[in-house]
Amino acid sequence: MRKTWVGVFALVALVAVVAGCGAKSASKSPSASGVAGAQKTKVSGSIQIVGVWTGAEQSAFNAVLDGFRKANPGVKVTYKSTGDNTPTVLATAVAGGNPPDLASVSQPGLVSDFQKKGALKNLDYAKAVLSSQYPTDIANIGKINGHIYGLLIKGANKSTVWYNAAAFKNAGVGKITTWPEFVKAIGTIKSSGTTPLSIGGADGWTLTDLFENIYLRQAGPTKYDLLSQHKLKWTDGSVIRALNTMGDILKSANMAGGTSGALQTDFPTSVSNVFSKSPKAAMVIEGDFVPGVVAGKNPLKAVSGYNVFPFPQIGNTANYVEGGGDELMAFKDTPAIRALVKYLATGKAQTIWAKRGGYTAPAKTVPPSAYPDAITRTVAGAVGRAKVFKFDMSDLQPASFGGTVGQGEFKIFQDFLKNPNNSKKIAGQLEAAAAKAYKAGK
Amino acid sequence: MEPPVAAAPPSGEPGVLRRNAVALGFLAPAAILLLVMIVYPTIYTIIRSFFGKNAHEGFLPHGSWVGIDNYKALFTTNILVTAIKNSAIWIAVAPAAVTAIGLIFAVLTERIRWAVAFKTVVFMPMAISLFATGVIWHLMYIKDPGQGAVNAGVGAVKAWFSSPGALSNAAPSTAVLTGSPQTGYVLHKPIAAGSTALMGLTAIPPTDLSSAAKQAVVPQAKSGSITGVVWRDFKPGGGVPGKVEQGELGIPGVHVKLIQNGKTVQSATTGDDGSFTFDNVSGSGYNTGIAASTFAAPFGGISWLGPKLITPAIILAYIWVWAGFAMVVIGAGLAAISREVLEAARTDGASEWQVFRRITVPMLAPVLSVVFITMLINVLKVFDIVISIAPGSTQSDAAVIAVQMWRQSFGGVNDFGLGSAIAVFLFVLVVPVLLLNVRRFRREV
Repeated sequence: MRKTWVGVFALVALVAVVAGCGAKSASKSPSASGVAGAQKTKVSGSIQIVGVWTGAEQSAFNAVLDGFRKANPGVKVTYKSTGDNTPTVLATAVAGGNPPDLASVSQPGLVSDFQKKGALKNLDYAKAVLSSQYPTDIANIGKINGHIYGLLIKGANKSTVWYNAAAFKNAGVGKITTWPEFVKAIGTIKSSGTTPLSIGGADGWTLTDLFENIYLRQAGPTKYDLLSQHKLKWTDGSVIRALNTMGDILKSANMAGGTSGALQTDFPTSVSNVFSKSPKAAMVIEGDFVPGVVAGKNPLKAVSGYNVFPFPQIGNTANYVEGGGDELMAFKDTPAIRALVKYLATGKAQTIWAKRGGYTAPAKTVPPSAYPDAITRTVAGAVGRAKVFKFDMSDLQPASFGGTVGQGEFKIFQDFLKNPNNSKKIAGQLEAAAAKAYKAGK
Repeated sequence: MEPPVAAAPPSGEPGVLRRNAVALGFLAPAAILLLVMIVYPTIYTIIRSFFGKNAHEGFLPHGSWVGIDNYKALFTTNILVTAIKNSAIWIAVAPAAVTAIGLIFAVLTERIRWAVAFKTVVFMPMAISLFATGVIWHLMYIKDPGQGAVNAGVGAVKAWFSSPGALSNAAPSTAVLTGSPQTGYVLHKPIAAGSTALMGLTAIPPTDLSSAAKQAVVPQAKSGSITGVVWRDFKPGGGVPGKVEQGELGIPGVHVKLIQNGKTVQSATTGDDGSFTFDNVSGSGYNTGIAASTFAAPFGGISWLGPKLITPAIILAYIWVWAGFAMVVIGAGLAAISREVLEAARTDGASEWQVFRRITVPMLAPVLSVVFITMLINVLKVFDIVISIAPGSTQSDAAVIAVQMWRQSFGGVNDFGLGSAIAVFLFVLVVPVLLLNVRRFRREV
C-alpha cells in the first residue's frame, strides 16, 4: 500500500517538473524575441489580443488591425473576442500565469486590479502619441501613480437623451437644453398621454449613469473626482442633493410600466419602448450605444423618427460629458506590442473604425466628417469637443461596489428607484457599501 | 488477508514487486486525474478561502492572509445571508415537491389510457437544458401581460370579471377634480343649479380618443340646469390647465353623474364636444363626477420576477423540469412492485387509498429516497436556472449559495477568497448528503 502512494507521488512530481519546465521556457521566449527585435524599425513576432468587442465591432476592429498588419507584415496579430466574459477570462488567465499580450476591457476597475497584482506593463512609451492625439482629460484616464496602464481606445458618450420625435411633436415639446426645461417637458409629455421616461431599471448601471450625469453637473468635476476615489463620503450633502434631483423625475407615473415595471425592464427593452411606432415612452436616458441596441429592427428613421439631445445642463455646464469606453491594457512588453499600441492611439487608426459607425473616437484628431451620419457626428463629436470629460464613476470603483449585478451600487440604486423619497437612507447605504468595498480592495 | 498472498510465490520479492508495478500502472492514470482534477483543487480552494481578494495565485496562494474573515463575511453580509436563506427554502420545498409530484404522476399514469403520451409530455422538459428553461420561463414571467405568457393567462381570466375603462390612463388636469382612479373623480367644490362644471382630464393618449371627438366647447349656463364639459385638457406644448382652449378636444361617451348628498341623482353621457347637461335641477349642494369604471386600469400583470415572488417562481420552473425525471424513475420502481401483494391487499378489502398509503409507498421507499436524495444534491448546487430567470434587479433576492459563489468569484467582484469560502461552505453542506448516498450504495452492493 505504501509503495503505491510513493509511486503516485513520484509520478505527480514528475508531471509537475515537466509542467514547470514548459512554463519556464514559454515565459522566456517573449523577452528573448524582445531583445532581438529591439534593433529598431522592422518589428516582428505575434500579438494576441482578447477583448470585449463582438460582431460588427469585432470586424471593425479587425479592419483597424489590418492597417497595422499592412505596415508591419512581420507581425502576426490575432484578435479573439471574449465578449462579456472578458473579466472572467482575464482573471483566470492571469491567475494561471498565461495572460494574452493585450486586452481590451470596459471596466477601468480591472485595469487597477491587474495593476495592483503586478500583472500589467505600463504604456508610458505612448505618452507622446497620446498628448498629440488625445484631449487631456481622456489621456489621463488610464493613469495610475503617474504611469499609463490603460489607454482608451473606444470612447462612449453617456451624456445623451434619446427621444421619439413623434411623441415630442405630439406633446409640442421643443428643444431641451437645461434641467428645468427637461422637468417641464416631462410634465408636458405626461399630460399629452405618453409616458415620458423609459428606465431600464433591471440593469442597475442605467441608474448609476443617470445619477452620475446629474452629479457631474450639479456638484462639479472636482467633487466628482473625489467621490469616484471615495475621498468624499457618499453621505455628503452634494450626493443627497443629486439623489433628490434624480428622485424628482423617477416618479412612478413618469416611467413606462410604473416603478415595478421599470425595475424589471432591461436596457434593450427600455430602448425599444421608445424606438417604436407606438412608443411606450418618449425618452430613454442613456449613451451613444442606444440606437445600436435596436439596430436591424428599428422602425424609426434617424432625425425624423428618433433623435437625441445632450444631457440637460444643470447650471453652466455646456459641453460636460460623462463617458466611458473600452481601455487597452498590456500584459507583455515587446517592440511589436509597443508599435501596435502606439498605432491604435492615432487618429488615423481610429478614423477607420469611425467610418464604419457605432464608434466614438477618443482621439481629437479624428475629423467629424469620418462619422457616417448626423446623429453620430453630434454624439461622438461631443467627446472631442468636451470641456470636461469624466469617466463613468461606477466603473472607476471597486467592482464589488460599482460593477456587480445585483449588489453594491447597482442594487442600492434599484432600491432607490423602488422608493425615491429616501435619499438620506440610500446615501447611508451607498457609503457603507463603498467603505466596505474600498477596505476589501486594499 | 495479506500474508497468504505474500507467501504464495516461492521466489518471494520480485513477483510481488512486479504485481505491484502492474497494479500501479493501471491505477496511475485514474489516481493522477483524481489528484490533479479533484484533490488538489479541493485543497487549494480550502486554503484560498483564508486569503483575501488580492492574494497571489500560485501552486499555493500567498500574500494577504485574512484568517477567517471570509467566513465571517459569509454570515454577516446581507446578500450572502439571503442566499443561505433561499437555499434553505429550496432544500425544504423543491426535493419534496418534485418527489411528491413525480409519485402522483407515476401512480396516475398507471391508470390512464394515454399513459405513454402523458409520460412523454411530462418528461419532455428534461430534454431542454436548465439554462434554456430559465430563459423560457423568464420570458413567460414578464410582468407586461402583452409579453409574459403567465400574466397574459391571468389577465384573460381576470378580464372575465372586470374590463378596463375607456380612459384608463387619464388623470385630472387641475385640483378642481379630486379622487383617485379607484373611486372616480368628483368636483372639489359643490356647485349650484345654473352653473357650469369644467372637468378637464389629461394624460390621455390621442389614440384613446374616439375619432368623433370635436373641439371642446364650454356650454352655456342655464338656470334650472347644470351644464358642463369633459375634455382633454391638453394641446401641444401643454396649454393652460383648467381652461378650454382652441385645439383641445372634448371627450365623447363619458358617463357623468350628478351627485347630491352622496347619492347619484342623475346621469348623462357627454356629446362629441364633451358637453353634458343635467336638467330640472334646483338649489345648491350638487356635485358632478366621473365614475371609477371609466378609469379602471387594465390588468398590469403580477410581478413574478419581483423580489417577493422570484424564488417561488424559479422553484416552480425547476419542478416543471424535474417532475418528469421523478415520474419516470418512480414509475420504473412501481412496475417492479409485485402485483400479487397489491391484489392480496385489495382482496382483503383495503381501499385504494390504503393500498397506496400502506403498500405502494412503503415498497417504493428505496426508489423515493433515491429520487429525493438526487434532487437534494441537485438543489444544493442549483445555479443556471436561477441566473437565467432572475433579472439583475432581483438577482440578489433570488440568489442561492452556488449563485453567490459564482458572483463573488467571477461575476465582476473577482474575489476568489470569498468565493472559495462559499465553495467550502457549500461543500460542507453537501458532505452529509453524500455520506448518506455512499452508505446506501454500500448497502445495496
